[in-house]
Amino acid sequence: MAVSHCFSRAASAFTAVLLFSFGCVAASHIEDQAEQFFRSGHTNNWAVLVCTSRFWFNYRHVANTLSVYRSVKRLGIPDSHIVLMLADDMACNPRNPKPATVFSHKNMELNVYGDDVEVDYRSYEVTVENFLRVLTGRIPPSTPRSKRLLSDDRSNILIYMTGHGGNGFLKFQDSEEITNIELADAFEQMWQKRRYNELLFIIDTCQGASMYERFYSPNIMALASSQVGEDSLSHQPDPAIGVHLMDRYTFYVLEFLEEINPASQTNMNDLFQVCPKSLCVSTPGHRTDLFQRDPKNVLITDFFGSVRKVEITTETINLQQDSEIMESSYKEDQMDEELMEPLKYAEQLPVAQIIHQ
Amino acid sequence: MGLLSDPVRRRALARLVLRLNAPLCVLSYLAGIAWFLALAFPPLTQRTYMSENAMGSTMVEEQFAGGDRARAFARDFAAHRRKSGALPVAWLERTMRSVGLEVYTQSFSRKLPFPDETHERYMVSGTNVYGILRAPRAASTESLVLTVPCGSDSTNSQAVGLLLALAAHFRGQIYWAKDIIFLVTEYDLLGTEAWLEAYHDVNVTGMQSSPLQGRAGAIQAAVALELSSDMVTSLDVAVEGLNGQLPNLDLLNLFQTFCQKGGLLCTLQGKLQPQDWTSLDGPLQGLQMLLLMVLRQASGRPHGSHGLFLRYRVEALTLRGINSFRQYKYDLVAVGKALEGMFRKLNHLLERLHQSFFLYLLPALSRFVSIGLYMPAAGFLLLVLGLKALELWMQLHEAGVGLEEPRGSPGPSAQGVGLASLVAPLLISQAMGLALYVLPVLGQHVAAQHFPVAEAEAVVLTLLAIYAAGLALPHNTHRVVSTQAPDRGWMALKLVALIYLALQLGCIALTNFSLGFLLAATMVPTAALAKPHGSRTLYAALLVLTSPAATLFGSLFLWRELQEAPLSLAEGWQLFLAALAQGVLEHHTYGALLFPLLSLGLYPCWLLFWNVLFWK
Repeated sequence: MAVSHCFSRAASAFTAVLLFSFGCVAASHIEDQAEQFFRSGHTNNWAVLVCTSRFWFNYRHVANTLSVYRSVKRLGIPDSHIVLMLADDMACNPRNPKPATVFSHKNMELNVYGDDVEVDYRSYEVTVENFLRVLTGRIPPSTPRSKRLLSDDRSNILIYMTGHGGNGFLKFQDSEEITNIELADAFEQMWQKRRYNELLFIIDTCQGASMYERFYSPNIMALASSQVGEDSLSHQPDPAIGVHLMDRYTFYVLEFLEEINPASQTNMNDLFQVCPKSLCVSTPGHRTDLFQRDPKNVLITDFFGSVRKVEITTETINLQQDSEIMESSYKEDQMDEELMEPLKYAEQLPVAQIIHQ
Repeated sequence: MGLLSDPVRRRALARLVLRLNAPLCVLSYLAGIAWFLALAFPPLTQRTYMSENAMGSTMVEEQFAGGDRARAFARDFAAHRRKSGALPVAWLERTMRSVGLEVYTQSFSRKLPFPDETHERYMVSGTNVYGILRAPRAASTESLVLTVPCGSDSTNSQAVGLLLALAAHFRGQIYWAKDIIFLVTEYDLLGTEAWLEAYHDVNVTGMQSSPLQGRAGAIQAAVALELSSDMVTSLDVAVEGLNGQLPNLDLLNLFQTFCQKGGLLCTLQGKLQPQDWTSLDGPLQGLQMLLLMVLRQASGRPHGSHGLFLRYRVEALTLRGINSFRQYKYDLVAVGKALEGMFRKLNHLLERLHQSFFLYLLPALSRFVSIGLYMPAAGFLLLVLGLKALELWMQLHEAGVGLEEPRGSPGPSAQGVGLASLVAPLLISQAMGLALYVLPVLGQHVAAQHFPVAEAEAVVLTLLAIYAAGLALPHNTHRVVSTQAPDRGWMALKLVALIYLALQLGCIALTNFSLGFLLAATMVPTAALAKPHGSRTLYAALLVLTSPAATLFGSLFLWRELQEAPLSLAEGWQLFLAALAQGVLEHHTYGALLFPLLSLGLYPCWLLFWNVLFWK
């Protein structure tokens, strides 16, 4: 009697342990899946690409911006989610021997202007005021939708800026400047209004690292083409067109991005390695202390692409062809009576999900 | 009265200045000359660099290959020109139109003040032909000019051929943002002046030119081309323009970069570039080229069509193809490629050339001396005049004070008489200067009637006659001066003359440093030394040797010496007479300022010193 009692107790303990471990495994499996699904907290991607210099000899800055535009479009971000600001028109400049093209490789290998460029802010519209208004959303009501950054708290935003810069400032249009403090404050405004989930800031100018020194808002990762006191150098001199076609840092970033496809698992640490001093002559820098995730867990496509989350479900749903329902659906008065199941609506204000941190 | 300063210390300071004056003057003069000679040496001379960002970064690829076409055009042009004797206007119009330009002509005429013996012209009437290549996608707000001056002595037919071939090549390109004007002028510089005046709608030289039918916007830069043979061994560049104006240094830097890129041999002042700047050879050669440039700039002549463009603030250069006995020759394609490259780079410009220097000296094509570094040389020379004037002022003041002490009343009257005695010499010298300026041209017909000479010779001889007459005229009405203070008269006159000379030379040196320095280097020592005591004949000889005319004579010899073609005295005299005639002519036809400056400004001043020397 006691033996069977012991045996039953052992058996129950054993099953309990088995169930427990089973549960743990199942729970961790679900956790893994959940972690996989919520690896990054963003649901949409935006890009703000800015070229700040005009004049024919600054052809390379327009080519820089257009190459990032091209990569970003290729990886899935649509034009409606890209704000492209170009300070001068190189493709239709009278000095361009190949009109309607902007090349990024010498010997005219790659035309980054393409067929379907959509420039949102062009020529003299690229000013510091317009740029800050785009970032903070303080835009007059008459502004068309294509000129707005309609991001929300689940948007990952890529901001790319190029032009002529110095220690702590970036020159716009040869007539005004934006300082690193103004930029940091604009990002703080964006954070307070929950206009971004995570932000990647890339800048390709001389002494670019000075521009991200003053950031203080969370979830910002920054990359620059050169340190304070260094110049970013140009690349690709083309004698047929008569100007330099690209800057070194963006040239190698473009080469790197050409290898990325929407399914790539390449992470930010690889982007930090692009263009070492031997190729770039300047020392690229980066800043990740404000970013909450580990850069090795951040995919390139989190910022440069627009990857939709897809969940594959194993449940099957039978779609029955009910001819009665089909026929009677034409009769309006009978519709209410013939509805089979009550409809369920999603929660309009998922409060619990908003206040998740 | 010493209210603000101590009179005793002031007198001591005055005595110190008076005592050290002579050594200070000598030191200052030597410092000025030494500084000038040191300008060709490395710390004062710097390497040239491209300052304009729009023209800086990359090189452009030249694709000109129309050498045969250029030669064919040149042969046609030469043949038509020989047939018609003047510029073949109809042929040029036809050819330019066939190449694809918008063609216009302009006629001009001018009666020179007296016949020009060197170019054999008197009544000039001609036609300029120009074609405009419109920029395909830009508004015609700016333009570039390629000009070929055609005169009767240098037909320049290969240059015309190259111009037409380049026009055909440029017409096929779509990257022009500025219009390009291809200009062929008749009677070389006269035609260019007529065209420029009509283009800018001004009339500064009395040329009658018909208004232009076609315009192309503000001219940003111009290149003048002179080629006399199919193959060239080197390209010589001329920068000095009318009245010593210079184009922006960036244009010269642009030319030099294309010389280096195309491997062309480019010369400045007709001499090869010194290579070795570390040892003494390079700087010495540079000094030679510097002196040549100074002499050319001082003459104030437009040394090519480009010199006339500079007045309108259009940066311009003249390129001359030289065919000498060197082994390695370049054909028209090489020259054409260099021009194509220059024009393509100029096409990139967004503003006028303004980043680089406007005032400089060139010891070599790749070295320059900026104004901040060469001005002290002139400053030291003018300091001598200042020191001498200070000394005279103090001596006059002391003498005046010394006189006042024994008797009070005659002091003011002595001063008053002193000033009155100054007016007469000043007036008479100025009148002589005016006569020197006006009479030769006015009186040429009268002189030609009475003497068996041509008009041009009459002008020159009248010039020399008036110049020499100025030496012989009695200037002074000094007999009314009381004998109490005999020294004060000439000292006051010398003081006024020194200040006058310093002012004039200072103003000249600011705009045309070479002329100012040259005149200062010769006139300052004798001006400082002139006084009625001592050996009059020696001082008189020195003064005559450093008068403006003698300086001109001497600089001709120096110029030919530096070019390694020395002159004999007879040849020098002939050249001098020709130079005088050219000087007067250029003043009337182009507005050159050397003749009025010398006759109305420096000659009267020099006469004052002559006056001081012969003061009784």
